[in-house]
Order: sequence, then C-alpha cells, then structure tokens
Amino acid sequence: MNTENLKKTGRKKRVSQTIAFMTFRMMSLLIVLLLIVILAFIVVRGAGAISWDFITKMPADGMTAGGIMPAIIGTLYLVAGSMLFAFPIGVMSGIFINEYLKDGLIKRFITMMTNNLAGIPSIVFGLFGMALFVNKLKFGDSIIAGSLTLGLLALPVVIRTTEEALKAVENSFRDASFALGASKWYTTRKVVLPIAFPNIITGLILSVGRVSGETAPILFTVAAYFLPKLPNSIFDQVMALPYHLYVIATSGTKVEESRSMAYGTALVLIVIVLIVNLSANALRRYFHKKVKMN
Amino acid sequence: MNIIETKDLHLYYGDFHALKGISMQISANSVTAFIGPSGCGKSTYLRLFNRMNDLITGVRIEGEVLVEGKDIYSNKTLVDLLRKDVGMVFQKPNPFPKSVYENVAYGLRVNGMNDKNFLDETVERSLKQSALWEEVKDKLKKSAYELSGGQQQRLCIARALAIEPKIILMDEPASALDPISTAKIEELIYELKKNYTIVIVTHNMQQASRVSDRTAFFYIGELIEYDDTKIMFTNPKNERTQNYITGRFG
Repeated sequence: MNTENLKKTGRKKRVSQTIAFMTFRMMSLLIVLLLIVILAFIVVRGAGAISWDFITKMPADGMTAGGIMPAIIGTLYLVAGSMLFAFPIGVMSGIFINEYLKDGLIKRFITMMTNNLAGIPSIVFGLFGMALFVNKLKFGDSIIAGSLTLGLLALPVVIRTTEEALKAVENSFRDASFALGASKWYTTRKVVLPIAFPNIITGLILSVGRVSGETAPILFTVAAYFLPKLPNSIFDQVMALPYHLYVIATSGTKVEESRSMAYGTALVLIVIVLIVNLSANALRRYFHKKVKMN
Repeated sequence: MNIIETKDLHLYYGDFHALKGISMQISANSVTAFIGPSGCGKSTYLRLFNRMNDLITGVRIEGEVLVEGKDIYSNKTLVDLLRKDVGMVFQKPNPFPKSVYENVAYGLRVNGMNDKNFLDETVERSLKQSALWEEVKDKLKKSAYELSGGQQQRLCIARALAIEPKIILMDEPASALDPISTAKIEELIYELKKNYTIVIVTHNMQQASRVSDRTAFFYIGELIEYDDTKIMFTNPKNERTQNYITGRFG
C-alpha cells in the first residue's frame, strides 16, 4: 500500500460519507418542511374563522355561521371515554404479556393478534362497534358506544407501547428484587412499573392523537350530523370535530359558504391534539424525574 | 459446620449438560472462591444456592442442594424465605432507581417491615457494615445513581445485608470496578466473613488468593479441585488447576 493509494481511498470515503449525510439531512428537512406547510396551510385558512363565538357557540344557519362548541365538547368526551376504557385494559394486558407470560406458542399468538388488531382499518371498527355496542347491547348511537369503539381502536397501541416500555427495563433490576425475596407482583409494582411508566405514558399520548382524529369509528356509533345541544348522559349522541369537519366540507347544504368554518374546525382539532400531547409530555417528564434515574 | 452442601449435582440447560455431578461442602463463616475459565459453570453453580436459575426457562436439576441441612429444591421450600437467608450481589452494580435509603430499605419492605424507627436503624447499621455510611449519611434521600460505581456496589451489599442473610453470594462483585473500589470491596469481604458465609465467583486470581479461605476450581462443568486457598495457589494437586492459576490457559 503506497501513500498515494491511501490518500485516494481516503478522499473517496469522505466524499461518499458527505453524499450520504447530505441525503439524510435533505430527507429529514423535507419531513419538517411538509409538516410546517400543512400546519401553515390550516392556520392561514382557518385563523380567520377563529373567534370566541366560534369555540363557544352552537352552529347556526345550516352550519355556515355560529360556532362548533358541541363538536369540541363531544370530541373531548369521546377521547376521555375511550382512554378510560383502553388505558387500564391495555396496560394490564401489556403487563401480563411481558411480565407473566412465558415465551412460547401462547405468547406468540397473543402478540400476533394484537399486531393484527392494530392493522384493521378503522371503518371495520366502526361497523363492529355499531353491531355490538349500538345494536346488540342496545346502547344506541351514544357517547358510550363511540368511546368503546374508539377504545378498541386504541387498545393495540396501548398494549404494544406498554410491552415495549416493560421490555426496556433491564433484567438486572428484576433479579435484584427477586434476590431479596420479592414476588413477581411486588417486583412489577415497586420496581418495574415505576421505571416503565414514563414510556407507557407515550402510549397514551399516541393513542389520544389517533383517537381524537378518527372519523370512521364514530360515524355509525355516536356522531351526530347536526345537534345543537350538549349531551345529558353517556347514552346521548354528540357531535365530534372530525365528523363535523367532514360534514361541512363535503355533505352540507352550503359547502362553499362554510369553507372557512371547515378550516377553523381543522385548526381547533389540531390545537386540541397539540395541547393534549404537550401536557402528556410534561406528565412524562415529571414521572421520569420521579424515578430518580439520574 | 457445613452450611451449604451439594450431592452429585447435575444441571442441564435444555440438552446442554452444564454441571456434571458436583459434590461439595462449604463451611459457615468462611469465604469460598469459585474460579475457572468463562463458561465453566461456576456462576451457574453459585445461582443454585438461592434458586436464581429458576428464572431461566429450560433448566433441569438432578441431585441435592442442602442449605443448613435442608433440601432447597424440595416442594416444601418457600423460595422467598430461602432468598431472605441467602443474599446476592451481582456483577454489575444494580441499585434500584430509588433513593439511597429506599434501596437499603427495599428488602425490609418486601418482607413486610415498615416501622419507621426500625427501618432507620437497619438502614444505618447496614450502610455502616458495608463501609458506606460516612460517604452517604448526608444524602440518604438522593438518588442511588448519584453515587460512584464502587459506592453503588457497596450500596448493593448494604441492601443485601439489611435483611440479615446468613449467606451472601457474590457473582464477580468487583469486575466492573476500578482498583481502589475493588480494594474496598475486598476489605469489606474480609470484615463480613466474621458474621456471614460468603461465596464469591471471580476471574481475578489475586482476588481469590487475597480474600478466600477455600478455593474451588471449575472446568467445563466439573469441579476439578477444591482445597484451602493457600494450598490451591502454592501446591495444587491437579495439573489443570496449576495451568489455570499460573495463566497458561483460560
């Protein structure tokens, strides 16, 4: 090997590295740019519609005027209801799968089923929810039927993230606890769960984001086309932001006149998801500090 | 008195014959070192005494393990009570992500002791026993992860001591530590021997010769030689022991 050759290959290595990293940098910039463009688009088109009346008043004049208050409230109810259902069940089954189930056929089967559940199109969840909750269990079109349907949709996400969060907890912590005579349940409760909890919260964040924007599952189970009043119980119908957006953007009587309201609705939906994500993130950081990892 | 004894003990990981008929006696209030090349089965053998191998799927055992004369693999054995008597310190310091205090108190809480005065006293006593008290007495409420690696390992020893075991198993307790921390751990082992029986796995020949009373040499799942440490390191009877100790293989 002479020095001339070494210099040559050295230059070649540096050039190919530069090209590779430039490409990666461009791609990530592209993603960020796309996000900004989408957000800017919604903000520019929707900001004009936003006013105090818009978020506190009932819709009026064939949904071309007034506000979207019932849809905001409806979406908040549905998100809360679905999380109340999906979070405890999802976390508990995640714990069971990762901490108690031994590797083998049953575990593989359950994991496969949860993965498949996550892949089912949301409209199918909607149909299933209608068949089971609305008709069979006779809840009718209602908050409870819609929440349970959305909850089913969120369940695999919560289970998967719980599993992953628990898997990330080093076995040396479990060993240390067992070696002191602790049972599996005690170890899970006092050592494993506190360490995994910040990451489990991530599952909650992801599913809230997904649930609040879903239209298909609520289509046949809860969402009202036009209902200018607030629900009295969980067996009432509500309006919801994503469905309201669909309605005024496509199937209303005066689509053109309500265009700016549609963008306003989209903006409100995005802001709500953003607020939920940020507060969940704060919660996550709080729990992370609490486990005294550093 | 022999506090630990195994009789013709075989252990299999699935089809793999990891321990091949080991019979051995370990006397109370002594330090016994297990040495041998990686994969010789010494750690596996150590983990028999507090049944930590139970956690691995596919492990099968033949023969007897007696701790204080009782067969610990009989159906009558309560594993949590066994582990209260047989403590363990691991290779990598593994304190819980909790405060210094809560780390030491953990084993007590596991065993249902929650009286504050009792916890306070025991935490202090255990930290003094593990020669850590002076360094941490002002930061008991701080995270264990603010301590250095060597301090963390002494914290783990304090955690094991808090529930007053009779036997302490140490699986290469100093292999992840710097020489000064290692020296501190070795001093500690020397102190602890007065009240406890210590079994230590080590890859460090000098360490084995410094801290132990008896040394056992394992090779490919067999106990090759077991004798007073002085004899093992000056005049071993087996050629393979001689070769290993002098660094000719392993």
